[in-house]
Amino acid sequence: MGERTRERVLAAAAALERLADRPLKFMEVCGTHTVSVYRSGLRSLFPEGLSLVSGPGCPVCVTAQEEIDSLIRLSAMEKVIVATYGDMLRVPGSSTSLAEARSSGASVRIVLSAAEALALAMDTPNRIVVFAGVGFETTAPATAAVVLQAARQNVENFLVLNLHKTVPAVLETLASDPELALDGFLLPGHVSTILGLSPYLPIPEKYNLACVVAGFEPDQIMAGITLLALQKRSGVFSVQCAYREAVRPTGNPHARELLETVFEESDSNWRGLGLLPRSGLRFRSAYSAFDARIRLGISDVPAREPAGCRCGDVLAGRISPFGCPLFARACSPETPVGPCMVSSEGSCSAAYRYGRGEPS
Amino acid sequence: MCLAVPHVLVEITGPCTAIGRAGTIEVEIRTDLLEGARPGDRVLVHAGFAIEKLQPEEATEIEALWEEIRALSGTRQNG
Repeated sequence: MGERTRERVLAAAAALERLADRPLKFMEVCGTHTVSVYRSGLRSLFPEGLSLVSGPGCPVCVTAQEEIDSLIRLSAMEKVIVATYGDMLRVPGSSTSLAEARSSGASVRIVLSAAEALALAMDTPNRIVVFAGVGFETTAPATAAVVLQAARQNVENFLVLNLHKTVPAVLETLASDPELALDGFLLPGHVSTILGLSPYLPIPEKYNLACVVAGFEPDQIMAGITLLALQKRSGVFSVQCAYREAVRPTGNPHARELLETVFEESDSNWRGLGLLPRSGLRFRSAYSAFDARIRLGISDVPAREPAGCRCGDVLAGRISPFGCPLFARACSPETPVGPCMVSSEGSCSAAYRYGRGEPS
Repeated sequence: MCLAVPHVLVEITGPCTAIGRAGTIEVEIRTDLLEGARPGDRVLVHAGFAIEKLQPEEATEIEALWEEIRALSGTRQNG
């Protein structure tokens, strides 16, 4: 941390000391924030009354067990190559993982972008490439752009297992949870790059919760938390943006237009939170030829989460990673039991790598 | 997963592609999600796609926020 950042972080910590004269509980809803908070040890600077809980901000982690199983089943189908971001590889399904399936002969390729998955399909015309379309609004427009390209170029062997989820509706679920009793949200920076600020307006207006979009550097996160505490103190709640470099009030309308051309809003199944209305995307009928579920006749089969795994409770903010009896015992990055320990942005992985020994 | 890295566009190579540079590394970037990408644009890249052009923040605005925070904290920085 540079000298300027350190000075700012300490100034914000001192400001929070004064503002947290009553208990304050905020949630960060982005895995990149979660990692940055753990890595920089910010929690050790928080005053006693302030808690920052991690929410469902890791797309791989919130992918339901049923969806993981569907992806693994697809990888076992003849002629199919599953193309996936690397984080999905080691997530345990009900009986195996993609990594294990690959060791047993399934075709699984790691790609760094949806465009790479489409290129793979064009290079292997006698195979069917299924791209695991995981991610929030930050990632889904890229999937849409590639589907539109595949449509333009008549690529028929490129399909998407659509696992995309959307953020604003899940915030309303969390905002209305009396047990969670949040005071505000540190909103995700890059989801907001696409969405802008208006989709979050119901949170302050209906639930009287503070909302601040923040960047990812330690000082930007501390500024965001300070602004949340200031909103709470004033009793006037709004959606503030403290990450103007990357977030315009209207977001990126062009990216949303591509997204909305290919996908429409749908209900979605979240690990730990269940089926939530308006929290996912589904293919519009005009693009159903790219829907792996339809083309390959796959539907999600009810599944149980791994025995003893508390990822669902971690994702819903009900416990911290340290509250899971398996954490750093049966479950570690080498032998992960649940997805929060697998994904580089999972709370448990971040807590394991950076957070042990700090206040939970 | 939502990690995004700033790049500078050094060359537009097609209707939806460009070469972007981050540090000393140059990579191909998709620009489908931007309108009117130009060489020299600073963009935020996520999963191979530029998701937004970065806009220079007003340094005075950021400093004003930090001055407010310092005032709250009771600490003032010299200079």
